[in-house]
Formats: sequence, C-alpha cells, structure tokens
Amino acid sequence: MGRKLLIHNDKVPGIATLDVYRAHGGYASVEKALKTMTPDQVTDEVKKSGLRGRGGAGFPTGLKWSFLAKPEGVPRYLVCNADESEPGTFKDRYLMEVIPHALIEGMITSSYALGAKVSYIYIRGEYFYVARIVENAIKEAYAAGWLGKNILGTNFSHDCYVQVGGGAYICGEETGLLESLEGKRGNPRIKPPFPAVAGLWGCPTVVNNVETIAAVVPIVNDGGEAYAKIGIGKSTGTKLISASGHINKPGTYEIELGIPVEEFIYSEEYCGGIRNGKKMKAVVAGGSSVPILPTELILKTAKGEPRLMTYESLADGGFQTGTMLGSGGFIVMDEDTSIVKNLFTFTRFYHHESCGQCSPCREGTGWMEKILKKFLNGTANESDVELLWDIQSKIEGKTICPLGEAAAWPVAAAIRHFKQEFLDIAKSKKFVDVSHYNRLNKITA
Amino acid sequence: MKVTIDGIEIDVPKGTTILQAARMIGPEVAPPAMCYYTKLKTSGGYCRTCIVKVTQGSTANPNPMPKPVASCRTEVMDGMVVQNVTSPDLLEARKGVVEFLLINHPLDCPVCDQAGECKLQDLGYEHGSAKTRYEFKRREYEMIDIGDKIKLHMTRCILCYRCVKVCDQITDNRVHGVVHRGDASEISTYIAKAIDNDFSGNVIDVCPVGALTDKTFRFKQRVWFTKPVDAHRKCDKCSGKTRVWLKGEEVVRVTSRMDQWNEAEEFICNSCRYDHKRTSDWVIEGPTKISRHSVISQNHYEHLNELKLQVLKQQKALGFMPLDKRP
Repeated sequence: MGRKLLIHNDKVPGIATLDVYRAHGGYASVEKALKTMTPDQVTDEVKKSGLRGRGGAGFPTGLKWSFLAKPEGVPRYLVCNADESEPGTFKDRYLMEVIPHALIEGMITSSYALGAKVSYIYIRGEYFYVARIVENAIKEAYAAGWLGKNILGTNFSHDCYVQVGGGAYICGEETGLLESLEGKRGNPRIKPPFPAVAGLWGCPTVVNNVETIAAVVPIVNDGGEAYAKIGIGKSTGTKLISASGHINKPGTYEIELGIPVEEFIYSEEYCGGIRNGKKMKAVVAGGSSVPILPTELILKTAKGEPRLMTYESLADGGFQTGTMLGSGGFIVMDEDTSIVKNLFTFTRFYHHESCGQCSPCREGTGWMEKILKKFLNGTANESDVELLWDIQSKIEGKTICPLGEAAAWPVAAAIRHFKQEFLDIAKSKKFVDVSHYNRLNKITA
Repeated sequence: MKVTIDGIEIDVPKGTTILQAARMIGPEVAPPAMCYYTKLKTSGGYCRTCIVKVTQGSTANPNPMPKPVASCRTEVMDGMVVQNVTSPDLLEARKGVVEFLLINHPLDCPVCDQAGECKLQDLGYEHGSAKTRYEFKRREYEMIDIGDKIKLHMTRCILCYRCVKVCDQITDNRVHGVVHRGDASEISTYIAKAIDNDFSGNVIDVCPVGALTDKTFRFKQRVWFTKPVDAHRKCDKCSGKTRVWLKGEEVVRVTSRMDQWNEAEEFICNSCRYDHKRTSDWVIEGPTKISRHSVISQNHYEHLNELKLQVLKQQKALGFMPLDKRP
C-alpha cells in the first residue's frame, strides 16, 4: 500500500464535520504554523518539499509563493482554484466533498505563509453542492475560531469566502478566474503582469489548485524534507489521480509519485485492469488536453524503460513519444474505442469553451470540430487529415492563454499516433459506431 | 534600451512595446495590428496578427522566447532581438492567423462601405491565401442598429475589442460589450440600446473592418471616389480637427484624422461627425496626404511628381532604360 497524505481518512464516518476531522489530527498544521513558525519558515518548508502545482502545469509551488510581490500597505490574496473543469478530472471534487476541512486548513496555513488576510475559494458552477459542503465547513471553522479575528490568540486574522463560478472551463485559467472573481467576463488576461504582481483587483495574488493547498497541510505537519522523501527526483509527494474510462475500478486514487504506470492500471489497489477482459488501446494520462498515448508508449518510454507516474517520466520523449502528468485525469481506453470519435468529443468541448478573445482559438477550434464531424459523417477526405494537422499547428503557441494548446495537443497526438484510423475512415467513407455521436448530436441540436 | 528588429537596431525608452519600437523604425518592419490602438488603454493582444519571434530575450537572458509573442503587448528588454519579416516561420504563422480571421468573414467587399480603407482587406492581400480551405457555412448575424447613426454588421466583425474599449473608456456605464462566448461571441449594446454619448461615433473610426459603419454615409459613395481633406471648425465638445471626405463640393462624411498607422489622432464628437455636412461648416486646410499605395490616392494628383520619381527609381533599380535613352 502506498502512503496517503491527503485522503487517508476519507472512509472515516463524519470526516466532513469539524469535530471528527479535529479528532483525527485536523488543524494541527494551523496550530504548528501560527504558534511555532514564521510565515517565511512555512514558505521554506513548502520550497523544501518540492511540491509542484497540482492543477496541471506542475510549477513549483514554493517558487510561485516566493514570487509574490509584497509592497507595503497593499493587501495580498490567496485564491484557491476549485474550478476543476478539465475533462477526466474529478480529484478536487472528491477531496472537497469528503474532507472539506483539509482544504480550509490548507487555506489558513498557506494564507499565513503568504500574509493574506482574505482568501477565496472559486468553485465551478456545476459543483454547487460541493460549494455548499465547503461553505458549511467554513461556517464550522468560524464558529470554532479557526477563521476570523486573532486565530488561536495570535495576531493573525483571516477570512475565507466561497465564490461559485458560472461553469466555464476558461475560468480555470488563473487570470480568467480572477476576472470572473472580480465580476467580469471570464476572459484570460494578457501576461505579464502575472498575478503574483497584479492579480485580484490589481493586488498581488497567488492562485493555487485545491490539491496543492491541501498538500501544504502534511508538509507543515511532517516537514518539507519528509514530504520530499516520497516520490522520485523532482516529482515529490503524493498525487490524486482521477481514473476513468474502461477500467474495472474507476475512481479517485492517491498515489505516491513514482509508481509504474503499468502497476497503476493493472494492480488491484488502483484501477484493477481493463474491464471485460479487453485489451488496452490508449491512455490520456493527465486530463483531456494532454497528448494521448498508445499502449506501447504509455507502459514503456521510447527508450524501453518502464514509464512511471512522475512529471518527468510521463513527459519523457517530448510530445513525439511522451505526454504530461497534467491534472491527473487518467482516461483509459480499450480496444473498441474509436480515437476519432473520442477526439471529436474533446474538440467539441474546446470549441464550446473557447472564450473567443483571440482569433486562432476562437476560429480554429470550431473549424477542427467541423472537420472531425465530417469524419463521423463519413464524408471526410484524406486531405482533411493534413488540414487538421495544419490547423492545430497554427493554433498552438499563438494564443493568449493555454486553451489554444489544450485544444491543439489532443488533435496533434491523435494524428501522430493513430493516423491510420483517420485515413481508414476517409478511404472507406464510412464511420461505423455512431450511436454515441448521435446522442451527442441530439443534445447539441 | 537597445532592441534589434529584423537586423535594425534602435534605441527606445523603457516601457516601449516591440510594436512601438518597430513603428519607430518604419513601416517595412512594423507588424500589422488589427486590435491594438495606441489611444485605447488595455487594447491589443487579441487578434494575434502582430506576433513576432523573439530570438533573444535580452542581454541578461539571451534565451529565445519559446512562443511567438504579441508585439503590441510585449515590452522590449535591453538587448532584445526580434524577427518579423525576416523569419519565414513567423510569416507562415501570421498567415495562419489571417486565415483564421478570414474563415468566418463574409468577404462581401464589393458591397462593403469599408472596402478601400479596410485593414482586413490589406491584411488578406499581404498575408492571405488565394484560395480558402474552409468549406463550411460562414457565421452570420442579423444587422443591428446602435442608435440612429451607427450600423453594426456583426458578420464582418473580427472581435478586435476596440469599440468595446472606446465605450468602456468614454462612457460612464458599461453599455457596450461582448456577449456569448467563443466563435458565437457578439458585440452588443445592452439589449440593442443606443450608446448615449457625444463621442460614441468613434467606434466607427476604430473599427478595422466594416462591422461598424456610419449610417449617414452607408452606400452613399465608394471611398476611392471621395477626396479627403483636413478641415476644422470651432467646436465646444472636441478639438474640431477632422477629416472631411468630399465628393465634388458635397461633404459625404466626416471622420477623425488618421495617422500613418490608421489610428485617430484625436477622437471627434458626434456633432462634428454627423451634423455638419455642408462645406461652409468647415475651414478646409488642404488635401490629406494619403499613401500612394492606397486606392484612395487614385483621386489625388498632388503626389504625381513624387510618384514619377519613384517609378524612375524603381526602373533604375531593375535596370530599365528610359525610352529616349535607349540606343
């Protein structure tokens, strides 16, 4: 059994309430930080831990915190990004639903380190019931004195608010989130300036993922060095993985970074193998935007080494033969899956979610969806594969925010690894499995 | 700060963007800009036509930037090296952006009032393909009247956000903005409301395409048959310095004066724009200098001598021999 630091208590009855959470060692990190440590010491522990952003980009958290500008007389903010919208990702929801106090504890400890008197938890609109759970937990925390004025009798005061978004993928991009939080249209901002300098209402702001903030709790409790001992190299600690697709046991798992991908998919502790005794065809390892990999490349790198669940190992070989750990949305597809249909679903999503600010993403995502629809209708030509490739290459890297890349990468990877499938449809002018697509079509029509 | 653009070095003050630096060098290296507007705060960054390649970030950090950057919103660093027209990859990328801007554009130039002074037309001419690869139905919208003077033809819009910034920065309440998302985005006033402001007409001038047009000018005349002159009048709302477009002795429209980069020198008020359509209303200063590359200059003969010289120069460069000098 791998060690668990975040959801080890998830099966304890009543863990969502403050009393049970406290009885299982909750809020110890707040006590330790506020009473025995200075804010800089907390930041140092996070730096030592090697914790990397769990939202998808994997940027070192300690470094991000140290970039925070600290001008005199200007408030600083901590914003928790709970707008978990990456298709295939549902780890933050599980954490907030089951152990909401873990997030609030992390928010208080992190805010203490950053010197933020106010923090916000921005939850996506579809998670309205999760927002209620978190709000209840915040209420409990206020009543018990963990939030509010002079926490634990120290001179640190802190207020934490929940803001529910309108349900847009783009508001998971940190500057889009900040715009939305300010009550504006959720259009990502042009960077620089980065939020660490001018974020929420123009003040220095740190935006962190739910899991990142929750991971600060064990780091403060056990020390950054103990945390860094888990994992391999620069991938330290544990990571929540949302496993879905054609596996026997879909769900949210906490893994120690560094276990082999093969173990994760086939062991009984985690996914439990491919369902119905089928063979695996492909895996999207980190949420829908990361490149899809065929079985032979997800289990082993191009050099023949076993692939591990780490930031580095999954990215080994670049995008030619590798992928990314991303947000940990692990989607497994069996041999019956149509990659083309899957790609259509992804692309349709990005088209729908593009904010429309910059031209390549606004126009390109819709164009790609229309071409992929041709494949599903059986009216595509072989030249359409080249065209798709060209369009994605003209979106990638030309946009304001990473949504452009998120839309372009899956298309590029599907063509890179499964080109024959596209060509077969184009040649035979026939796409067989349309049931799922027809259903989708009815919804959108 | 020293910055090198396409091999040409220039010294610029701190805080200058790459685009501004390139414009200081000259139009040969200045990237096209569809959404950036010097006089509008926070404009730029949307259309992506001004992207450039940064091959050296600065003297302190000589690494190249991994992606092309929007030159209108990226400030120069000391020792930065930028490639614009000298990079074939970059030109290919820009071609891609122009293609994206055009796939849903109706290309109704023959009946568009902006034709002849449309920046998208120029951009398409310079960077576009001769044939479209887009085979689907183009996006269409109903035309909307924004008040009694402005027509919004959303089908032609490229969502540059310039008009949004104009309204944001000159009106008290936010009444004009973008509704919907992605490629369904639409410029709109709050439920077809008129923008009630003395300077609202400037949205027409900032629009790079034919999406916002002057209803007092619509279908009156092709721009290349009109003759622009700089004129002024006494106005208590704005400077009164405008460009008056004449057809014979008739004033067909009034706009703000555009500089070399097609940006208004000063925004003008609606009274000057719409209500003073008699020649006697204006003190005419003289003909507007128009680039000879513009179709509008077909109507101007005062640059003829300059033109002749240019032709001679080009002939010389190409090794032509004038007829009378031939053996």
